[in-house]
Amino acid sequence: MGHSIALSILNRRTFLTTAAAAVSLSPFIARGDEVPSALPSERSAEFKEVFAKLVGNAAPVEGKITVDLPETADNGNFVPITIAVDSPMTETDYVSAIHLLSTANPHAHVATFHLSPLNAVARVQSRMRLAKTQDVIVLAVKSGGEMLISTTGVKVLIGGCGI
Amino acid sequence: MAATNPRIKLPDIIKQGDVIEVKTLVRHEMETGNRRDKNGKPIPRDIINSFVAKFDGREVFRAEFGPGISANPYLAFQMRVPGPGIIEVTWTDDDGVQTVATAPLNIA
Repeated sequence: MGHSIALSILNRRTFLTTAAAAVSLSPFIARGDEVPSALPSERSAEFKEVFAKLVGNAAPVEGKITVDLPETADNGNFVPITIAVDSPMTETDYVSAIHLLSTANPHAHVATFHLSPLNAVARVQSRMRLAKTQDVIVLAVKSGGEMLISTTGVKVLIGGCGI
Repeated sequence: MAATNPRIKLPDIIKQGDVIEVKTLVRHEMETGNRRDKNGKPIPRDIINSFVAKFDGREVFRAEFGPGISANPYLAFQMRVPGPGIIEVTWTDDDGVQTVATAPLNIA
């Protein structure tokens, strides 16, 4: 028991040190990282790259995105997901794109959905693969260029992606 | 392998101005490129990478898929019904092969 407590303290310290380093190195990327992790899972190098590229100079804010995912996925090959963004979807204020990202799959960029005022409601539904327990990140791009972000943790019992 | 059995599902009763959900489904393996066959040889990636929905020729919804979308990709989106017309959905695979489905949108 004493051993496992010591180990968990060490992991916690390692995590805090890493987090602090990330903040001091890149305040911009850190904004995305400041979104609290739903689950203590690692974020792949590819995820970080794709995330940085999609976010660009925007500063994504939380809220306004509702992501419906199971808390626990029995089968990571078929995980139902519903994404809804609170938006009037008018000609002057609408969601133009929704990016769906995986933090721990072999391929981070799961999908991008393109919307317009013709949709009237910013809501999409699909099924995704999750290779293992991880956070699912959704980015929504508004017509004015502002960006929204949402993080949802999913525990995966049997992984998908053919691994 | 090209996608087969494309399907579009619309609500039974639709009125002009309604916001409806368009549900779509197509049969496709969505091979990720990460798997190996029983001899250990990598199975090449083969996925539907593009989804385009049009209403009377005008694009209403579009998506790009990666290998993280499940086999037999299901996708549902919303649209406001401007009037009667035809919904056309095109799925495109990695070889550029297109599978098309159409559904009449009739106004009650």
